[in-house]
Amino acid sequence: MDIFDKYSMQMKRHERVLKMGTDPFGVRMGRLYSTTEAKVNGRRTILIGTNNYLGLTFHKQCRAAAIRAIETKGTGTTGSRIANGTYGTHLELEHIIAGFLGRRSAMVFPTGYQANLGMISGLAGAHDTIFVDADSHASIYDGCRLSGSTIIRFKHNDPADLDRRLTRHNGQGACKLIIVEGIYSMVGDTAPLREFVEVKRRHGAFLLVDEAHSLGVMGAHGRGAGEEMDVEDDIDFVVGTFSKSLGGVGGFGASSHPKFDMLRFCARPYMYTASASPATVASVSEAIGVIQRKPKLRRRLWKNAKRLYDGLAALGYDICSQYSPVIALRMPSEELCFVAWNRLLELGVYVNLAVPPGTPNGLCLLRCSVSAAHTSEQIDEVCRRFAQLAEELLEEQSRVVA
Amino acid sequence: MATDSVHIISDLCALLQRYNKEGVELTGPTALSADLNVASVEIMDLVMEIEEKFGIDIPINLLFDVEKVDDLAKLVQDRMGQ
Repeated sequence: MDIFDKYSMQMKRHERVLKMGTDPFGVRMGRLYSTTEAKVNGRRTILIGTNNYLGLTFHKQCRAAAIRAIETKGTGTTGSRIANGTYGTHLELEHIIAGFLGRRSAMVFPTGYQANLGMISGLAGAHDTIFVDADSHASIYDGCRLSGSTIIRFKHNDPADLDRRLTRHNGQGACKLIIVEGIYSMVGDTAPLREFVEVKRRHGAFLLVDEAHSLGVMGAHGRGAGEEMDVEDDIDFVVGTFSKSLGGVGGFGASSHPKFDMLRFCARPYMYTASASPATVASVSEAIGVIQRKPKLRRRLWKNAKRLYDGLAALGYDICSQYSPVIALRMPSEELCFVAWNRLLELGVYVNLAVPPGTPNGLCLLRCSVSAAHTSEQIDEVCRRFAQLAEELLEEQSRVVA
Repeated sequence: MATDSVHIISDLCALLQRYNKEGVELTGPTALSADLNVASVEIMDLVMEIEEKFGIDIPINLLFDVEKVDDLAKLVQDRMGQ
């Protein structure tokens, strides 16, 4: 027996995908012309699937801060936070995040994935129960598993289902931790946080909200879905990432719980990994300032999101959620989804191909994410190319039916 | 609601029909992954349906040991007894 035999199903599926055209896992970004255009597989392409919501990856001040940090602090820290990897700038960034979110304390992690892993496995223990939204990100599920807690999955965005499960659970185990996301990454829908907060209060549970896709995107000051829905005081723990609206790499956890900093000595994904690089810490510290100073970026993002959403809806595409910077188009089958994604790439539009197990409910999606950096002309051009795709798909379908 | 294992297995097999793409005969010893090719994400959705039908919660960390319909039936029975 070979050690890779267990992946035979995945291998067959990958072979099937390769036969349909370009390998979606083999996309190569060549030269980046800007935050919204790159040479992809040798062709100039409009990027509309990068999660670069505010377009800050090339922001002048963020780049300058990162370069200064490399020149004065080097390329890496070569150590974990609990050994030699805590620089003054890590503490400054944590102070900036805590201040921005109005929380007592914040902890920086090297990636968003590790932020969920560290926060969840640090907060919940073997005798606790986690109630997790069914459509949560893989990093949340992996954090739950690492915690060793009892994990109960409730129906997506369904506070009544959560309420029933908490009622049934009544009195068992030690603490209860509820986990939801601000904006869900695949479909782009938003958690009904007000209703979740009511349930949380009724059952004396703790609430963790992952604002990965909503930080910098929602709320009057960009603090996320919690701010937008005016429930920040009832959210016990916030998780976020630097790799979307903040244009860097890394993640954080934040809270006003007086004992929160204990996680620095109890969360293994925080303790046993090298700390974030000086360049990342510097660019993210700058980026938080930018999103605070420039609310117009957020306004432009939503204006662009509406323009693309309306354009694609007018073409008859089946969009999964309401207005959101994540615009997911439902395709009728996995095969057609691959065909459409390949064709879009040929037409010079990069979107995310999202299929199970990365999507909920077996959905096959062409997932777009909009940026404040897109111009109206780019969005209109994307819509024109989607119109061409729609025509071709209709022809293809009628040919198959005939 | 019937709580004996025969009835539970019968109910589970009825719920599993939707995932039985190749028309395999469904019995207690049927393996979810090896015989039915049910992917792990589909098992999570199946569990949601089972929870609804029996009015129970099945922690997903208990699913790691579930291989066959019989294992699932025992899990349902245990959770109903709680």
